Amino acid sequence: MDITSDTHSQHISRQFNHELEELKTHLMAMGGLVEKQVQDAVSSLLDADSALASRVVDNDRAVNDMQVKIDDECTRVLARRQPAASDLRLVLAVIRAASDLERIGDEASKIARNAIELVDGNNGTRGFVEVRNISEHVRHMMRDALTSFARFDTELAMQVVQEDERVDSEYQSAMRSLMTFMMEDARSISPVLGIMWILRALERVGDHANNLAEYVIYLVKGLDIRHIDPDDLNQELLDDSSTS
Amino acid sequence: MSIDGELPKRQLAQARLGNRRGAVMEFSAADTCLDIQGLTLAYGGKTALKDLTLRIPRHRVTAFIGPSGCGKSTLLRALNRLHDLNEDVSRHGQIHLDGHDIHDPRVAVAELRRRVGMVFQAPNPFPMSIYDNVAFGLRLQGGLSKRRIDDVVEWALKSAALWDEVKGRLRASAWSLSGGQQQRLVIARTLAVEPEVLLLDEPASALDPISTLKIEELIRTLKPHLTLVLVTHNMQQAARVSDYTAFLHNGELVEYGPTDTLFTHPRLRRTENYITGRMVG
Repeated sequence: MDITSDTHSQHISRQFNHELEELKTHLMAMGGLVEKQVQDAVSSLLDADSALASRVVDNDRAVNDMQVKIDDECTRVLARRQPAASDLRLVLAVIRAASDLERIGDEASKIARNAIELVDGNNGTRGFVEVRNISEHVRHMMRDALTSFARFDTELAMQVVQEDERVDSEYQSAMRSLMTFMMEDARSISPVLGIMWILRALERVGDHANNLAEYVIYLVKGLDIRHIDPDDLNQELLDDSSTS
Repeated sequence: MSIDGELPKRQLAQARLGNRRGAVMEFSAADTCLDIQGLTLAYGGKTALKDLTLRIPRHRVTAFIGPSGCGKSTLLRALNRLHDLNEDVSRHGQIHLDGHDIHDPRVAVAELRRRVGMVFQAPNPFPMSIYDNVAFGLRLQGGLSKRRIDDVVEWALKSAALWDEVKGRLRASAWSLSGGQQQRLVIARTLAVEPEVLLLDEPASALDPISTLKIEELIRTLKPHLTLVLVTHNMQQAARVSDYTAFLHNGELVEYGPTDTLFTHPRLRRTENYITGRMVG
């Protein structure tokens, strides 16, 4: 049985509805903050703005605090309500999603720290094209993953899962071209390594966005699709497993 | 048998996704203890059970859940023909216990009720000693030596996890026990005649949480020896103790499946609504 985004507001206990709504609202707020962190971290590099990069590093604490708060709320709901079925899946999905968002926050702060070094070292713009392309791609994935969570939209979530493979291959090809820079000019090794760390962090952001999308499928359909090749997951397979 | 990693990937995906479709309950004849076929039951003109078909597996705990008046207790009582006492009840359909029709005219009802024992919501020990309560059914059967009865009483009280609490005062009145102890005494009295099936109608609803946990632990320890069927209003209890859960509503079997599946991703919206505290509609 598939659920919809208003499924969690139909309990006889209105207080319970409220608690579950709060979980979703707080997760979305955390998602918004984390999205901005990634965007600011990348901009700080591309615009050579190390003050912005420092703010990203500082803001990571706020992201961490939000995860702790969401975990607390989930623990309380589990202890007091003993949720079952879609309610249980919502709480589990929120706990897992908050953990992935926190990790995305860590990646953003990693990007920002590398950006500070690169900006201060005044190393030119080598690799910026790759950073721009991949960052746009993973930010798009993140936005779609969060939207699919907010709307319980499994089709959009499936698109995110499929998108992750493309990001992975873009990342591989960016790595190959940056490697040629390092082979041609030994002095570029240090700054190019900085870019590689940033790309690596962005690729990880894509992986976490992919996880968020998988939690949406779990939440809505009760299907755990982790570690299954996306090529083996067509819509038909997802559809015929649900009965309304 | 191959492990997951050796399966072709497509098959792995199918197997994983197939897991959630476990709601179709098919047990082989050998694994089936009670086989209910097209059971319809009416009190006077009012239909209480509508064409129920389900198989209850051997040596497992099966829970019936559903709102008040859904028919779960009626179904439980039908399993040892308690409705025979009520002339207003009409029945269609069959119930087979180990392949034999329990309504066959050759079946002796007293013997059926020995094989299919029942424990009710309020503990109902007889107004006699602890010992005599447990020995009651054995004496009724007759032909047992005093020594043999002693042994069975001890075995039954141990099986019901009550022996250690009462072994020093077996001659005391059953009424001197606490509610939780009385309920375990009633279970011991039922176990003494060595039933194959134990029907439990809200066995813990009148008990405090600790006594409830003792009853639930007892249910778990009895499982290798008995088929247990439990009616409960307490969904967490059904989730904790049962292997399979059947959800009934308005006398119909709505969904029947492995408890793990039913409480994490039920197939039907009506089930989801009930177990998560929404209006069933």
